[in-house]
Amino acid sequence: MSDFSDLYQDLILDHQKNPRNFGVLPDANHHADGFNPLCGDKISLDLKLDDQGVIQDIHFKGSGCAISKASASMMTVSLKGKKVSEAEHLFHEFHDMVMGKIDHAPEDLGKLKVFEGVKEYPARVKCASLAWHTMEAALKNEKEVISTDDGKGSES
Amino acid sequence: MSTVQTQTKTAYDVEKLRKDFPILSRQVHGVPLVYLDNAATTQKPLSVIEAEDRYYREYNANIHRGVHLLSQEATKAYEDARVTIQKFINAASSSEIIYTRGATEGINLVAQTWGRKNIQAGDEIVISHLEHHSNIVPWQMLCEEKGAKLRVIPINDRGELLLDKYKNMLNDKTKLVAIGHVSNALGTINPIADIIHYAHSKGALVLVDGAQSIPHLKVDVQKLDCDFYVFSGHKIYAPTGIGVLYGKLAHLNAMPPYQGGGDMIASVTFEKTLYAKPPHKFEAGTPHIAGVIGLGKALDYVSAIGLDAIAAHEHELLVYGTEALSQIPQVRIIGTAAMKAGVISFTLGDIHPHDIGTILDKMGVAVRAGHHCAQPVMDRFDIPATARASFGLYNTKAEVDALVKAVKKTLEVFA
Repeated sequence: MSDFSDLYQDLILDHQKNPRNFGVLPDANHHADGFNPLCGDKISLDLKLDDQGVIQDIHFKGSGCAISKASASMMTVSLKGKKVSEAEHLFHEFHDMVMGKIDHAPEDLGKLKVFEGVKEYPARVKCASLAWHTMEAALKNEKEVISTDDGKGSES
Repeated sequence: MSTVQTQTKTAYDVEKLRKDFPILSRQVHGVPLVYLDNAATTQKPLSVIEAEDRYYREYNANIHRGVHLLSQEATKAYEDARVTIQKFINAASSSEIIYTRGATEGINLVAQTWGRKNIQAGDEIVISHLEHHSNIVPWQMLCEEKGAKLRVIPINDRGELLLDKYKNMLNDKTKLVAIGHVSNALGTINPIADIIHYAHSKGALVLVDGAQSIPHLKVDVQKLDCDFYVFSGHKIYAPTGIGVLYGKLAHLNAMPPYQGGGDMIASVTFEKTLYAKPPHKFEAGTPHIAGVIGLGKALDYVSAIGLDAIAAHEHELLVYGTEALSQIPQVRIIGTAAMKAGVISFTLGDIHPHDIGTILDKMGVAVRAGHHCAQPVMDRFDIPATARASFGLYNTKAEVDALVKAVKKTLEVFA
């Protein structure tokens, strides 16, 4: 009962306290904003894609809970150097994992597997996936703010 | 009355009252439930649950129609509840009690009927910075439609209204003041008697949003002299989906209907429809009959304990909880008004309220984490959200202790 390590793993707490790739990316060519109206999480995501479709760099800014912040931070780490198709593949695996759609987290998620515990906390799934929805929107350069409540980011 | 008060005061037996609420004996995540989210919705006593159940089992029928016995019984229960409500808020007539889905619908009803008829371009409607979204948005919509102006009474750092600013705001163009009696986000009790007095002196009407006051404060609409008062049943131990709009009869008579349909008419031809008198003029369609019956029972339940006794008990919890949480250096209580209902809104260092809520939940403590449908309040204090503990008649000091323990645990997890 008093052990919260299933959700708040050390790695998650570390990224929450010391978020990686935090701040604006001056030479970004893709951008999107995300918002979770439920708890007010906000994220602003900058991406630099080269003409080979490889994510050269990715930064985020924003405020939110530990889960959303750590998720955004760890996403940027894992996506740097990945192709767009790989990023989208990881998103789908991550999404299925936090939604509890699969029994075991796929190996290629690597460190992102620490978010597997989120599936036991349905109220927190949106926190974990906000950054990923925003990343997907950034790849398409969507102008409108991505909301976890407008169907696009819906987890239901 | 004074003897009753003395009796209830000495006889407040919270453990006995807790037994009236079946849900309070359940466990969550393997630990006893500590329900501190009463400002969101309250739990229901057995008498309310059984009254709804009995309606469906024994006399379910539509009201105001059939000549058969079941319909007569249902109609009687439905209209008896109206009298119970009338007495509970001391309205002059049961015709002034209109059933709605909740406080939100009550406000929208007034905005769409009285408002659309009486508000014109250039008029002003006054609300406050403390309002719940449901007492902001309907007026914004009306102002946009009519070209009227929405004005907002500011608050100080304790979360209290600035009455001097309010007085200066009132002028000949002010047509309505729509004000929450108690802030859902901070617990501030507003001085509505003064607010109503000043508004009337300028010829403006006053709507009081009583969603958060109805379970905590004795309300006498005649003494307050408010023009409209709205509340939701589910905040006062009644079912969801049922609420009340009180309006002075003269206003209700002059207002156009809200929705058209059955039950709100005197006679219908294709050429002309004559509307029923209040309250039925505003109650089109088959209503939430079971909910109405449940609401009546809930008010009976609260009256039997005594609102004064409940308020005193909740105030004790507020003082105890405020004191205990204030001992934790990282706790910042948002909303420190001199007059407060049983609400403690707080932040904890830089830990996001959503994380607080999750850890508290795992330890059995149910609180609200978020902006509480009062984003302007959060903006005023420059925070995205708070965690909010809110007390009901069945909460105990031991539960406040559980809250404090869980808050300390949260600090450990994020140390």
